[in-house]
Amino acid sequence: MTSVNKETPLVEVRNLKQYFPVRTGFIKTVPLKAVDDVSFSIMEGETLGLVGESGCGKTTVGRTLLQLYKPTGGQVLYRGEEITPGDSLNRFRKKAQIVFQDPYSSLNPRMTVGDIIAEPLDVHKLYKTKKEREERIQSLMELVGLSSEQSTRYAHEFSGGQRQRIGIARALASKPEFIVCDEPVSALDVSIQAQVINMLEDLQKRLGLTYLFIAHDLSVVKHISNRIAVMYLGHLIELASSVELHRDPLHPYTQSLLSAVPIPDPEKARKANRIVLGGEVPSPLNVPSGCPFRTRCKLAQDICKNQRPELKEWKPGHFVACHLA
Amino acid sequence: MSNIDKSKAAQAGQAEAVPILEVKDLCTSFFTPSGEVKAVNKASFNLNAGTVLGIVGESGSGKSVTAYSIMQILTPPGKIVSGSIKFKGQELVGISDEKMRLIRGNKISMIFQDPMTSLNPTFTIGNQLMEAILLHTDRNKEEAFKHAVEMLRLVGINDPEKRMKQYTFELSGGMRQRIMIAMALACEPDILIADEPTTALDVTIQAQILELMTSLQKKMGMAIIMITHDLGVIASLCDEVIVMYAGRIAERGTADEIFYRPRHEYTKGLLKSIPSIDDDEKEPLSPIGGTPVDMLNLPKGCPFSPRCDNAMKICLTELAEEVQINDDPHLAACWMNVKNGKPEISEDGSVKRIWINEESGL
Repeated sequence: MTSVNKETPLVEVRNLKQYFPVRTGFIKTVPLKAVDDVSFSIMEGETLGLVGESGCGKTTVGRTLLQLYKPTGGQVLYRGEEITPGDSLNRFRKKAQIVFQDPYSSLNPRMTVGDIIAEPLDVHKLYKTKKEREERIQSLMELVGLSSEQSTRYAHEFSGGQRQRIGIARALASKPEFIVCDEPVSALDVSIQAQVINMLEDLQKRLGLTYLFIAHDLSVVKHISNRIAVMYLGHLIELASSVELHRDPLHPYTQSLLSAVPIPDPEKARKANRIVLGGEVPSPLNVPSGCPFRTRCKLAQDICKNQRPELKEWKPGHFVACHLA
Repeated sequence: MSNIDKSKAAQAGQAEAVPILEVKDLCTSFFTPSGEVKAVNKASFNLNAGTVLGIVGESGSGKSVTAYSIMQILTPPGKIVSGSIKFKGQELVGISDEKMRLIRGNKISMIFQDPMTSLNPTFTIGNQLMEAILLHTDRNKEEAFKHAVEMLRLVGINDPEKRMKQYTFELSGGMRQRIMIAMALACEPDILIADEPTTALDVTIQAQILELMTSLQKKMGMAIIMITHDLGVIASLCDEVIVMYAGRIAERGTADEIFYRPRHEYTKGLLKSIPSIDDDEKEPLSPIGGTPVDMLNLPKGCPFSPRCDNAMKICLTELAEEVQINDDPHLAACWMNVKNGKPEISEDGSVKRIWINEESGL
């Protein structure tokens, strides 16, 4: 693991809100609260894992953080400086990059791999001569374990794992410090996942990168992350170091999420005491009052219905939003 | 057959080790413009009544095509080239469409990965559920409706009468998969084939569906073929496991044998490459190198050899025969076993069984 600088957060998110208008009638729209009042910070050199079920807003957090969506409310701070449209956003875009989930739809099929990788260089004008551009492409391809001779090929000529490497090379082109990895391995085969995860860890060590690692696969997130944040229906409900979160999950949702992961070991699977959650995630258009999880929570009481639990520090470094933790 | 299988079979009220489905040397190919893709290549296995058989492998390893071959739902350019599939002694390869229709959806049924695309959006849930019941049983419409409602209740859907009138888009992914299961089980099949039934679902919903399948299997006693790439799902559900690679069965045996004593280099690599949720140490993962095989250009010899760390000369030129490792029965097609074990040669000169020296710590 790389050394984590505990002093200054590299990225800080304060009360981030992202609402999408959803049409319910001819003119009437209601806000879909994809992300509602989420705050966290990521230290330099750290990997923060972000987990949750589909529709919980984890991808939206990543994209809003990078200002790919204009936040409805809240602030994003990079090295203590607030990101606002204009100069600071342009500088931020160079330093913060993203790797997308689907390596098939995130690469332009009409561009050569070299052009795909060099696009951030073109956009930010990061080279002086054509030769310099070529050299950058070559070194980036070698960095992610691709042969530099393949730069004139097209994306469809590569396998899923190799395409994800191309996506990573593109993200690294502008020499970023911070990368949002949005489910980078979930579209890949099991045997290829480990290759990409190892590469991401290796790149982090070599280039001193900071990651926000979004995924729904808890074992992968646990492996790669220093700390893990759990989201449910647009809210951050628990945040702790990855070991702590697995050893002592405090939120009932985190507990059931962890116990729902199928263990690849028949003996342990037979003994496993699963907490199977009843019901399903409510619609984000209609978030329950109070605690968003109360409709599926076995411990729910009156207070959960009336009052939204705040994210509080229960143990040093272990934050939970639950009245009953 | 292991003890677990026996107890399960006994629970289900079945006689011991009755192969309900026998697949022998199944070869299924796709004849594409760029050449023949041998999607399933000489696969042989048995499915015993009342047991759960898992088929695990990467995309393109032939696990779904095996299921499609059993169900006889391959579409051109896919075709069963040779081999036999016997269901309760009846040959399914080359069977007439009329006869297959009596089996499909009735005796053998299937649930698919994506519940959104495998349900018809223009019919109500009730309509689709009752179709199979009306087709395969003597029930009249009223009885079929009652049975369908009962099935919905069985798979844990609340307010089933109301759901019967709804369309698929009104339901969530987990609900749709429950509908698929209800539909597949409506005629009380002997075999349920589940093709990645939980891959499209969230973990907490996956846990619900897996629990439902386990409890229904105990209740109804059908055999299940569980196709997945998730070793966790295999471990928590299956009695026996088949590991497929590049259209071939690399290894098969009881779940315990496969997970604790893997005998094929691919299985070993696969087990090593997955991060464990229990492990607190941050060690780098040990991935399998290389890229998945190109099915149009299979390597000579063992298809896994280009990615195998322990590949020997013979692996590059000759295909390893499937040999028996122990009586459980555990079979693997890997030359490493031949190298490290003592082969027992049968009368016709072929290898009958490999005796592994357990102390060698292989």
